[in-house]
Amino acid sequence: MPFNLLVLFCLCYVAMLFCVAFLAERRAAEGRVRWLRSPAIYTLSLSIYCTAWTFYGAVGYAARSGLEFVTIYLGPTLVFVGWWWVLRKLVRIGRQQRVTSIADLISSRFGKSNILGVVVTLIAVIAATPYIALQLQSVTLSFAVFASGTPEGWALPNRDATAIWVAGGLALFTILFGTRNLDAKEQHHGVVLAIAVEAVVKLVALLAVGIFVVWGIAGGAQEVFARIDATQAAGWTLQPDRWIGMIAVSGAAVICLPRMFQVMVVEGGEDRHLALASWAFPAYLLLMSLFIVPIAVIGLERMPAGSNPDMFVLTLPLAEGQGGLALLAFLGGFSSATSMVIVESIALATMVSNHIVMPLWLRLAPKAAMKGDVRRIVLLARRLSIVGVLGLGYAYYRMSGGSAALAAMGLIAFAGMAQVLPVLLGGIFWRGATKAGAVAGLVTGFAVWAFTLLLPFFGPGTLLPQAVFDHGLFGLGWLRPQALFGIAGMDPLVHAIFWSAVLNTAAFCAGSLLTFPGPVERMQGAAFVNVFDADAAGPQGWARGRAEPEALLMMAQRILGEEPALALFEAEARAQGKAGYLPDATPDFVAGLERRLAGSVGAATAHAMISQIVGRATVSVEDLMAVANETAQIMEYSAQLEAQREELSRTAGALREANEKLTQLSVQKDAFLSQISHELRTPMTSIRAFSEVLTEGDLPPELVANYGRIIHDEAIRLTRLLDDLLDLSVLENGSVQLNLSLVNLQQLLDRALAAASHTRPERSFTVIRDLPAENLFLRTDGDRLVQVFINLVSNARKYCDAASPALTISVRQRAGRVHVDFTDNGTGIAKQHQAIIFEKFARLSDQHRAGGAGLGLAICREVMANLGGQVSYLPGRGGASFRVTLPLRIGRQAA
Amino acid sequence: MAHVVLVEDEPNIAEAIRFILSRDGCTVTALSDGMGGIEQLRSLGPDLVILDLMLPGISGLELLAAIRADRGLRGVPVMMLTAKGQGRDREAALQAGVNHFMTKPFSNTEMLAAVRGLVARRGAG
Repeated sequence: MPFNLLVLFCLCYVAMLFCVAFLAERRAAEGRVRWLRSPAIYTLSLSIYCTAWTFYGAVGYAARSGLEFVTIYLGPTLVFVGWWWVLRKLVRIGRQQRVTSIADLISSRFGKSNILGVVVTLIAVIAATPYIALQLQSVTLSFAVFASGTPEGWALPNRDATAIWVAGGLALFTILFGTRNLDAKEQHHGVVLAIAVEAVVKLVALLAVGIFVVWGIAGGAQEVFARIDATQAAGWTLQPDRWIGMIAVSGAAVICLPRMFQVMVVEGGEDRHLALASWAFPAYLLLMSLFIVPIAVIGLERMPAGSNPDMFVLTLPLAEGQGGLALLAFLGGFSSATSMVIVESIALATMVSNHIVMPLWLRLAPKAAMKGDVRRIVLLARRLSIVGVLGLGYAYYRMSGGSAALAAMGLIAFAGMAQVLPVLLGGIFWRGATKAGAVAGLVTGFAVWAFTLLLPFFGPGTLLPQAVFDHGLFGLGWLRPQALFGIAGMDPLVHAIFWSAVLNTAAFCAGSLLTFPGPVERMQGAAFVNVFDADAAGPQGWARGRAEPEALLMMAQRILGEEPALALFEAEARAQGKAGYLPDATPDFVAGLERRLAGSVGAATAHAMISQIVGRATVSVEDLMAVANETAQIMEYSAQLEAQREELSRTAGALREANEKLTQLSVQKDAFLSQISHELRTPMTSIRAFSEVLTEGDLPPELVANYGRIIHDEAIRLTRLLDDLLDLSVLENGSVQLNLSLVNLQQLLDRALAAASHTRPERSFTVIRDLPAENLFLRTDGDRLVQVFINLVSNARKYCDAASPALTISVRQRAGRVHVDFTDNGTGIAKQHQAIIFEKFARLSDQHRAGGAGLGLAICREVMANLGGQVSYLPGRGGASFRVTLPLRIGRQAA
Repeated sequence: MAHVVLVEDEPNIAEAIRFILSRDGCTVTALSDGMGGIEQLRSLGPDLVILDLMLPGISGLELLAAIRADRGLRGVPVMMLTAKGQGRDREAALQAGVNHFMTKPFSNTEMLAAVRGLVARRGAG
C-alpha cells in the first residue's frame, strides 16, 4: 500500500477516534455520563493492557519461546479472578481519596509524602520508557512492512524518521485528547470511550487474522493442532522458574502499570464495574491469546526463514494476498500502540506534573502560584511532560537500536513497575507500613531492577562496562548484575525478579518495623486499610443524607445551649409552616445549622458532627486534623482561663490577707490610742488637780513645795512619753537617720552605765563587766546603741528584786556579729510575760517604780532592727537576761 | 463626817484627791490596790468608795462587782475614775452598778460636788 495513502488512512482513523472522544466529552459535560460509565466500557478500557506487544509481540514470543507467552495473559487473569477483592479495595480507596495516579495513591497513603510521589513517578517514567519505545518500534515496523513507495515516486522514509513522526504524532494526539481541559478527578470520558473502540478494533482484527489463518490457510482446527503438536516436539519446553516469575510479574504489572491504574482506578472504579470485569476481562484476554499459537506455527511454516515473527500477524495476510485483512491487522496493531501510548502518557504526565513540576514551581515561584492562573501552568506542565515522556521513549528506541524483541522490552517494563507492588499492597493491608519503609523498599527494588535487568539489557560495554559483568560492581564478586550474591546460573529475568522482589519486600518490612508513622500517616493508614468500614460517601452537600431533626436538635442543644437551640429550631419550623419545634431537615437548614455550630465549635468539628448525624460517617484526614487543631486551640484557651482563675484566687487570697492585717492593725491602733490616752491623762490628772490647789493659795509653804515638785515630775513624765512616742514612730516608719561611725563598745557601755546611774530608786547596784572583751570597735550608730543599753541597764536597776542587786554584762563575738548580754541576779521575768515584754505599754509591774511610759523595750527592739540586729530575752539565766545582737560592721543596705 | 475609801494606784493622784476631800471634812483612806479584798473594805466601813478603773491585780470593775454582791457594802455609793475615757468603759461601769463615773483629769470642784452629792444621798438613804 502506498505509504502516503497509509498515512492518510491512519490520520482518518485517528480523526474518527477523536470525534468519538469529543462527542463523549460533550455528553459528559452535559451530565449524561451513565452510558459512558457502563461496566462494558470499563472492561473494554482495561484491554489497554493488550498493547502492540500483545498484538504483534505475542506471536513472536510464541514463535521464539513456545507457550511461555501465555504467562503474560495468565498473570492478569489470576489477578482479576483471584484477587478481585484487592482490586475492589484499591478502587474503593481511589474513589474515596480522589486518587489521581499510582504515585498519588502511595504518597497519600504514607502521609502525603512528596518524596514517595517523586520516587514512584521516577520509577514509573523509567520503567515506562522501554515500553513506549516498544510501541514506537512496533508501529514503525508495521509501517515499514506494510507501506511501499508511492506511484509518484515518493520514497519510503527510513525507520528512524518514521519513528520520530510516529512519536510526534502520538504526542500531538495525546495532548489533544488528554489535556484539553483540566479535571480535578483526572477523568477523561472521551479517552476512555476511544480506548474502548480501539479495544474492539484490535480484538476483531486479531480474531479475523486468526480465523483466516486457521480456516483459510491451515484448513481447520484439527489440522492446526496437528501442526502445533509437530512443532512442540521440536523443543518447546516449559521452564517452571520462568513461568512462575513471569506470571507474578505480569500480575503485578496489571495492578501497578500507570496506564492500568489510570483506567482501573482513576477513570472508573465502581463495584459493579469490577463485577463484570472480573470475568469479562479474562475472557477478553483469552480471545486475544486464542490464535497466537496457530498464527505463530503457521507463520513459521509459511514465511521465509529469517522473517521477523513479531510481524506475522501483518505479514501472513499480506503474503496470502489478503490486503483488506492486512489493513485491518495493521489497524489493530496501530490501535494497540496508540491507546497504550495515549493513556500511559496521560498517566505519566499527571504524575510528573503533580509530583515533580508543580512542587518545584510552587517552591521556585510561590508568589506567582498564589495569584496566577494555576490551571494554565498545570496544562503546560502536562503537555511538556507528554512530550518529554514520548521523547524518552524515542531516545530509548534509538539507543536499543530498534532491533530488540518486543517481548523482552515489555518484560523489563513489567518487572520495573512491579517494584511498586509490595508498597502498594502493604499500604492498603498493613497499618504498620511507614513512609521510611516505603522509601527503602521502593529505592532498593528499583536499584536492584535497574542493576540486574535494565542496564544489562543494552549488553556489556554500553551502559555497564564488561568488567562489572565479569567481576561485579566495584570489583565485588557478589555484585555481578546477573549473579547477585554469587548465585549464578539463574535465568537473568527470573534472577532480577527474584532478588528485586525479595530485597524490596525485606527493606520495606524492615524500614516499617524500625520506624514509627507520623500522625497524618497513621490516619491515612487507617483510612486506607479500613476503607470498607467508612460508609460510601455521596457527593458534597447534605442532600443525600437522612437526618433526624430530633438528633440534630439534641446535638445543637449540647453545643448552643438549650434555649437558643430550641429557638432556632422553632423559628425554622415556623418558616416551614409546621407546628412545634421540629422542622424538616432540609439541606438548607442543615447547612445553616452547620454554619451556626461552626461559630461555636469550629468548622471542622461542626462538619464532623453533622456528618455523624446525617449518616455520612466519612470524616477525611483533613477533617480530623482540623478537629485536632481546634481541640488544641480550645485546650490552650481553657489553660489560659485556668491560669487566670488561679491568678484571681491568688489575688483574692492576698486581698483577704491584707484585709485581715488591716483589721488587726485597726484593733492594734485602737488599743494603742486607748493606751496613749491613759498614759497622757494620768500625769495630766495630777498636774491639773495640784495646779488648781496651788492657785487657790493659802497653803502651807512645805505643801506648796511638795505639790510644785509633783507637778514638775509629772510634767517631765509627760515630756518623756511624748519623746518616746515620737522616737518610736520615727523608728517604726524606717525613716530614722543613722549616724554611722566607728565606735568602741567599752566606751558605749561606760556612757550607758553613767546615764542610768541616776535611775531611782537609788540603791547600791553592782555591775560586773568583762573589760578586755568589751574593747572592740563597731561600725554602727553609737548614740542609738547607747539608748538601748541605757534602757536595759535602767530596767535592771528598776526591776531587779535581789537583796544585793548585781548586773553582769558579757560580750562575745561570733561570725561577724557581737552579742552583749545583760543578766541580773533577780527572779527574772515570768514565762507567760516573756512574749509580751517588747510590746508597747507592756509594763508588768506597778508603774511608779518603773517611772517610764512602758515604751522602753519596744523602742529597743525598733532601734536594734534599724541597726541590723536584735534584742531578745534569754530565758533560764537565773535573773532577767537580755541579749543585744548586732553586726560588727553594719552594711549599707541595713542602714 | 463621811468616810471615803479611795483605791488608786497613782500615788500623786491619790494624794490630790485625799487633800481635796480632807479639806472638805472627809476622812480619806487611800489604798494603792484592791488586793486587800472585800473584807478589808467591809472592815473600813466606808460611806463612799472611789475606785480607779485600771488597778494592778484586781481591776476596778471587779471590785465594784464584789461590793455590789456583798451584803454589807451593797448600799455604799461607788464613784469610778478612769483615764481611758472610752464610752465602752463607762457603760460597763454603769451596768455593774456604779453611782458616778468621772474621767481623769477632772476639776476639783466637780469632784467635790460629786462626792458631796453621793455622800448626802447616802446620808438621806
